[in-house]
Amino acid sequence: MTDLTKLTIAESREALKKKEFSATELTEAYIKKMDEGRKFNAFVCETPEKAIEQAKSSQEKIAKGEGGDLEGIPLGIKDLFCTKGIATTACSNILKGFVPPYESTVTSKLLAAGANFLGKLNLDEFAMGGSNETSAFGPVVNPWSKDVPLVAGGSSGGSAAAVAAEMCAAATGTDTGGSIRQPSAYCGVTGIKPTYGRCSRYGIIAFASSLDQAGPIAKDVRDCAIMLKNMAGYDAKDATSVKVDVPDFEKFLGADIKGMRIGIPKEYRVDGLDEEVAAYWDKAAEMLKARGAEIVEISLPHTKYALATYYIIAPAEASSNLARYDGLRYGNRVDGVHLDDMYINSRTAGFGREVKRRIMIGTYVLSAGYYDAYYLKAQKVRRLIRDDYVKAFEKCDLILTPTAPTAAFPIGDKSMQENPITMWLNDIFTVSVSLAGLPGMNLPIGLNKNGLPLGMQLVGKAFDEESIFKAASALEKDINFKGVK
Amino acid sequence: MAIDTQTVKRIAFLSRLRIDDDKIALAEEEFNKILAWVEQLQDVPTDDVEPLISVNENNLSLRKDEVTEGNQAEAVLANAPMKEYGYFAVPKVVE
Repeated sequence: MTDLTKLTIAESREALKKKEFSATELTEAYIKKMDEGRKFNAFVCETPEKAIEQAKSSQEKIAKGEGGDLEGIPLGIKDLFCTKGIATTACSNILKGFVPPYESTVTSKLLAAGANFLGKLNLDEFAMGGSNETSAFGPVVNPWSKDVPLVAGGSSGGSAAAVAAEMCAAATGTDTGGSIRQPSAYCGVTGIKPTYGRCSRYGIIAFASSLDQAGPIAKDVRDCAIMLKNMAGYDAKDATSVKVDVPDFEKFLGADIKGMRIGIPKEYRVDGLDEEVAAYWDKAAEMLKARGAEIVEISLPHTKYALATYYIIAPAEASSNLARYDGLRYGNRVDGVHLDDMYINSRTAGFGREVKRRIMIGTYVLSAGYYDAYYLKAQKVRRLIRDDYVKAFEKCDLILTPTAPTAAFPIGDKSMQENPITMWLNDIFTVSVSLAGLPGMNLPIGLNKNGLPLGMQLVGKAFDEESIFKAASALEKDINFKGVK
Repeated sequence: MAIDTQTVKRIAFLSRLRIDDDKIALAEEEFNKILAWVEQLQDVPTDDVEPLISVNENNLSLRKDEVTEGNQAEAVLANAPMKEYGYFAVPKVVE
């Protein structure tokens, strides 16, 4: 029965229709995996009874030949999505015990499509981190770890690890500066951050509102296509979601990519780029070329300023967004002698170190006298970064880069702990895509000499996930990546 | 633009966070390291560049100013750490 968790969503869906097994059996198989996989610390809240209940109702629909796109499919949900009646914490002590009275738009869509939820997945506190080590529930352990426990990446570390270890058929993630793509790369799974505005942010606990975007992490490209179709769409409850049609992304899979122009940004050959990462990057370009794509060198001249820009804009927005945690209306309250005292006590006790650091940086760059020098300046550079892409896309249809500069590193790595900037450098290939609001996918490309997965990133024009899915499905076939044993 | 201990304390208060006295020096050092790093943006000429506030410019539309989900007082208060008489309760503000 455990073999059921090896199946992709597409395969499970087919087998459910053919009545090879029931939705309840499928869900039970994943629950068993979830039990066995507790050592990975991927789930922070398990809801197996609810999942079974939902699977039973799915089974009734399937028996009648009814049901949605994800009928009976067990998913994991990043604990940044509000789920009605199920604790939602953003993996922060300040939200421990918070039970949302409403459902996020993305999760309601998934439920409406017939999915069931196995539980909530670990993440860096408020999605601020690149290793899942800032979570109040402790770090996720990468299922690829051998002797030393490795990070699963972040912030959607629980989502990537749970998919890699087959503890759910697919998971939701969110990406602000690389939080879907980087953990997917570290865990050897496929994940896509769609164009900003593609998915509604309603009910997703906000980190940096001009950057936050939901997307799926799944076992393969097709499953990403199925998931994204059922997550995306305009929503009146999110003014930044965009009124564009949601295509059936699956129909782009297997398309001919002859003549597609693939851009290779020369600025991404950064000093100290891991040799194996560089070699796989060349190999991916060769594979696309062999299928008739044209490889073109492009330039994104402001790349080197992307990280500094991001680490002004994201903390600034975070400091505003997190001002709502005051111990007053929800979350953890620590009493004080007066109102300010209560705010300070609650926030000091509730937030972890990285979150406090970012709130303070954000508060500083937004404060009187410094706003122009930092925040406004960063917004101007952000436009230059975006314009670089606009220009680059005159010469190419898609951009190919590595997802992260290295493979997963050990939990508690000293150099990362001592200097926050070292940790932030892991986002080097993903943040500029976020600043430009573009869609980007991580695709596992192979293993390094230590047997750890590496990933490639495919970046498309705004709302052109189509090209990503076309090229990714071609590459996926050629790569034939095998998941964790 | 290096910052001093007083500024770190002021920023902490504006953020409604407390930094213990023995941690101030470390926070100051870390703050200055980060600020020195983001200083590199000053190298980019941006005199004629408009700030990019949202990637989806001109996307915002107005909606009708009307109640969509009213009468939810109970749900709104459900997570309150303290509530009284259908209100959020706070420490005394006015003597």
